[in-house]
Order: sequence, then C-alpha cells, then structure tokens
Amino acid sequence: MLTIENLHAQVEGKQILNGIDLDVKAGEVHAIMGPNGSGKSTLSSVIAGHQDYEVNQGTMLLEGEDLAELAPEERAHKGIFLSFQYPIEIPGVSVTNFIKTAINASRKAKGLEDMAANVMLKKIREKSSLLEIDSRFLSRSLNEGFSGGEKKRNEIFQMAMLEPKLSILDETDSGLDIDALKIVANGVNKLRSSENAIIVITHYQRLLEYIVPDFVHVLFDGKIVKSGTKDLAIELEEKGYDWIKEMA
Amino acid sequence: MEFKEKLLASHLAFEERIDFSDPVHQTRLESLKTFEEKGFPSRKDEAWKYTSLNAVVRQDYALFPKKESTIQLKKVKKYFLYEIDTYKVVFIDGVYSPFLSDTTHDGLDVCLMSAALSKAKYRKLIDTYFNKITDKDDSLTALNTSYTQEGAYVYIPKSVVAEKPIEIIHFSTGKEKALWLQPRNLIVIDQNAQVQILERHQSLKDHNVVTNSVTEIYAHQDAFVDYYKIQNDLNTASLIDNTYISQEKNSNVRVHTFSLGGKLIRNNLNFYLKGQHCHSTLKGVTLLEAQQHVDHYTLVDHASPNCESHQDYKGVFSEGSKGVFNGKIHVDQTAQKTNAFQQNNNILLDDKATVNTKPQLEIFADDVKCSHGCTVGQLDEDALFYLRSRGIPKKEAKALMTYAFANNVLESVDLPILKKRINKLIAKKLGVNLGFDL
Repeated sequence: MLTIENLHAQVEGKQILNGIDLDVKAGEVHAIMGPNGSGKSTLSSVIAGHQDYEVNQGTMLLEGEDLAELAPEERAHKGIFLSFQYPIEIPGVSVTNFIKTAINASRKAKGLEDMAANVMLKKIREKSSLLEIDSRFLSRSLNEGFSGGEKKRNEIFQMAMLEPKLSILDETDSGLDIDALKIVANGVNKLRSSENAIIVITHYQRLLEYIVPDFVHVLFDGKIVKSGTKDLAIELEEKGYDWIKEMA
Repeated sequence: MEFKEKLLASHLAFEERIDFSDPVHQTRLESLKTFEEKGFPSRKDEAWKYTSLNAVVRQDYALFPKKESTIQLKKVKKYFLYEIDTYKVVFIDGVYSPFLSDTTHDGLDVCLMSAALSKAKYRKLIDTYFNKITDKDDSLTALNTSYTQEGAYVYIPKSVVAEKPIEIIHFSTGKEKALWLQPRNLIVIDQNAQVQILERHQSLKDHNVVTNSVTEIYAHQDAFVDYYKIQNDLNTASLIDNTYISQEKNSNVRVHTFSLGGKLIRNNLNFYLKGQHCHSTLKGVTLLEAQQHVDHYTLVDHASPNCESHQDYKGVFSEGSKGVFNGKIHVDQTAQKTNAFQQNNNILLDDKATVNTKPQLEIFADDVKCSHGCTVGQLDEDALFYLRSRGIPKKEAKALMTYAFANNVLESVDLPILKKRINKLIAKKLGVNLGFDL
C-alpha cells in the first residue's frame, strides 16, 4: 500500500528526516514510536503533503504511485487520511457541512456525482453512533470549543466517513482520558479491514493496548532505528527511550 | 469649468425646476453655502486620509436626470427580493419609476420625498425631521441637502409593524455617460413601530455614475429598525453614503452593510443614541477584488446612559483592492453604564491588497465597558492544510474559510431570503460552489 524509501525531509532549512524506509501493506497496522523531536509528526505531515515540509531525497509510493508531486487534497483523493494531533478550529463551518464538503470534493475528483442527501444522512448517523457522537455535536462549528476528547473523536468520525485506504493517526491518544481512548480505539478497530492500512504514531504504549499493531518501529533522529512486533512497544514502555538513543 | 463650480452655478436652474414654495428652500440655500465654503473633502482632511475623491470630482457629470427611462421588469427582477412581497420605492437615473414601485399610504407611508416636500399634510413632519440630525459641517451632506428633491419617504406610525420589508432601489441606465445622483431619504419610525428596509444602488451597464446619498432615520421610543445596505454595483459606479440615525429610549437599530462590488464606496454611518437603553448594531461584510475601494467611517455617539452598541466589520481583500475602516465611539460624560464594542477583522488574500483600520475611542464617562479590536492577516495556513488534507481543493478550502470568516456577520441577518442571497453572492465572488446548502 505505502512504500517509503530513503525518505529525507526538511522544514525551514532544518533537516528532520534522515532516510526512512517503511513498507505498509493492506490490512496491516504499523505503530511508529519515538521520543519527542524524533520526527514522528514530521513523517505524518510529509506523507499528507504539508507545504512547509520539503522532501529532498527518497520516494513515497501509494499503491505504486509517486506522491511527491501531489497536493494534499490529491493525496486525500487517493485515500490518505491524517488524524491531526491538534485539529484546527474552524468557526462558522459545522461538522456536518464540513464532512459533506469533504466527501463531495473527493467524489468530484473521482468524476462522481454528489452523494445523495439521504445516503449522506444515513452514513453520518451510522458513523457518528460508532463513535458515540451526539447529533447536536454535528451542528456545532468544527472543533470550536471542543474538548480534547471531542476533537479526537471528531477526527476518527471523519476517518470513518471518508473511508481512506491509509490512515495516519498522529498522537491520537494525547489529551484523552481512558474512556475517550476506548471509544476512539474501538472506532478505529471497527474500521480496520483487509483493504486498508493504519499507521499509529504515538509516544506511549498505552494506545497500542487498544489498537494492537502488527509492527512497531522506533524512530530516532529522523531514522527508523529498530523494528519489531507489539512486544517492542512493551519493551519501550519498560525501558524508556534511552537505550534506543544509546543504540543509535 | 470645475465640477464644484458647475454644482454652484446650476443650483438656480435646479430650484427653478421645482416648486419654490416648498419648505426646505432656505435649508437648500444655506447648505449650498456650506458646500461652497468647504468644497469637496480632500486627503488633507483627517476623515478622508485614506480615500481620495480627486479622481471622482475632477470629472464632469450630468446633474439633471432626463425624463423617466423605462426598464423592463424582467431585466431587473434579480435585483429585487422577488421571492417575497415587499414595498418598493424605485428610481431610474434619479427619477421615480411608478411602474417598478409599490408604494403605500395604507396605515403607513412608503412614498416619495418629493411628495412629502410638496404636500401640505407632510409639512409638520418635514419641519420636525428634515435635516435635523445631519452633520451641518459635512460638505457632501450639505451638497446633497442643497439639491434635495427626490428619494424615499417612510413613516411608520406608532405601534405599527410594517408587514413587508421596504426596498429602496436606485437604478442607473447608462443613458448619461456620466451621472451624479443625490437621493435624499427620510425615514421616521414612531413609538413601538417596526420596519425592515433594504437599500440598493445598481447600475445596469458600465458608466460613470456617482451617488451622493443622504438618509436620515429617526427611531422613536421602543422602535425597531432593521436596515440592509446592498452594495454590489458595477466597477464603474461610486457611492458616498451618508446615513444619520437618531435613537430614542429603548429603540433598537441594526444596520448591515454588504460591500461586494463597486469602484469607490464611502459609508459614513452615524448613530446618535439620545435616549437610555438603546441598542445599536453596525455590521458589515466587505469582499473586494481588482481596484475596488471601500471605506467604512462609523460614528456611535453614546449621549445617554445604559446603551449598548456592537460593531462588527469583516473584510476580505484581493488583487489591489483597498479597504478602510475608521470606527469612532464617543461616550459622553453623562453616558454611564455604556457598553460599546467594536471589531474589525480583515483578511488579505494576496499581497497586492491593502487595509487601513483605525479605532477611535473618546470616552468621557468612567463607568463604561468599551472594547475594540482590529486584525489584518492572511488565511491561516494550518487551517488550509487541515481542510485540504480532507480532500477539499485549495480554492474551495480558501472559500470555505473566507465564508466561515464572514459567517458570524451574516448570522444576524433577519431576512432568510436575503441571507441566502448574500451567501450565494459571496460564494459566487469567491468563484466556487461551496458544496453544501448555505
């Protein structure tokens, strides 16, 4: 699904990623862990196409197609979804109108008609109940005044609506209490299938108890320094990141 | 001959055309004198620092409209709120159009200034209200006053709720290549009465038209006035709008100004809060492109205690357009417990557009709540990325954010059909289909 080879990237002249290799296949869940400043969020921004990040070496392929020249919206149309660590507040646009706009923009890019209103409504009902989202919440302005938990649930709600091939969950556990974490993880697990793939970016192992990864990678200084199975996450939780730093 | 000289020299001919016995003859002459002394404002005047009329007044204009032109209704229907029933006072090149109008004297007066000036039964009202709250030192207002002849006259008697909105529309046809119009409106809302009014100036083809308009609005005790100014004219049309509003006790006046098109627009919007517990709302959405220029010059004069005023102006500017906001709040020494709020937020869509924004607070009372804030910025890049990462193309994402930015001004629009129209206009200006029902 996603093949990253020797990826180097910089932001504002500062080199952050120093040769990432990653191969994510359909049906898989990969966790990327690492200490603060190791490049985790940069990696997610680069995959999603943030304009501030410049790829200066290496390739990213989604189902064999080079992402390099694609705008963020084109990557979204190809099936990439990024759940933001800090979702942006957009006063004046309701959650419902936002998601309608997003879905129909993707459909338009694929040459499809707008989704029929009743189909849209049914889908919104179904996916919001999956994340235990109240209908009143849907008419509120996007992320405006939302609690941390509401913002993250809203991100996963959007993921459910957009049905991406590859989802990147950037620090989705941060700012969540245990109940909200369970709801979010449960939602993500229900969206897992043999057709899609998920990259979970996290500092802590906690989320991985609920979203169990097939592979765990440790990122340090812009490189993946160790890969393993979910046991690696547990080892990191016990030992901290210092031994990784020493190893690097 | 310079245009100013022409205005002075033509006045005699102007008054000869109308009935000398009308009650404002003396006022006209005095005002002409004021204009003669002061002339057109220049950028040396502090109030006109950012807006120059030089290019406008260097040219020559026809002053006297020819006989009434006719326009086919179907050609101008879209400029009316045709979906709902309204009263209409319509002018074509400054001349009243009975065909397009729908006036009334049934329980309320929606008619013509010329009628109010010439008929004896209105004499008392004219004596009481005409030119009473205008700024006597303002040269453009004085110029309008000196040429007072036509416009809309609205009187809503005590406790009457106007059941239909009133549309005041000025069309210019372009039959005169250059035309100078000076409509004069008088609107009196008596105790506990209510009204909604729309005002629009619209040229039907490219030509050099300048409108120097004066509107006086008197809101008596407990009156409610909801006023909408639709400024979406062609790029060859200029407008100087001088509006003066007097508010008595417990009255509520709201003015929304939508500046979406035109060459040069200057809005002098003046509120005088004369009784206690008045509410005043001044809101504006300005969305400009190319060489358009819009200047909002507001004054809220808190002359009585316990009143509340809210100003909220949003501007979006691109491609060499220019926006000016000057918001003055004056709180009299006696106006304790005043709440006065002012916001002016602007977005520059590219680096060719400019905005000048200036709050002016003069507070002489000590127990007041006043706040002001102004911002000038670009659309937030992180927010744009967020929208684009959800598959919304850059252009639509910008439009959605611009729309969202202006949205809270539109929220208070109390005419659903107008709200929808303005929403659509904004979407159209932004060149996109926002993808959901606005």
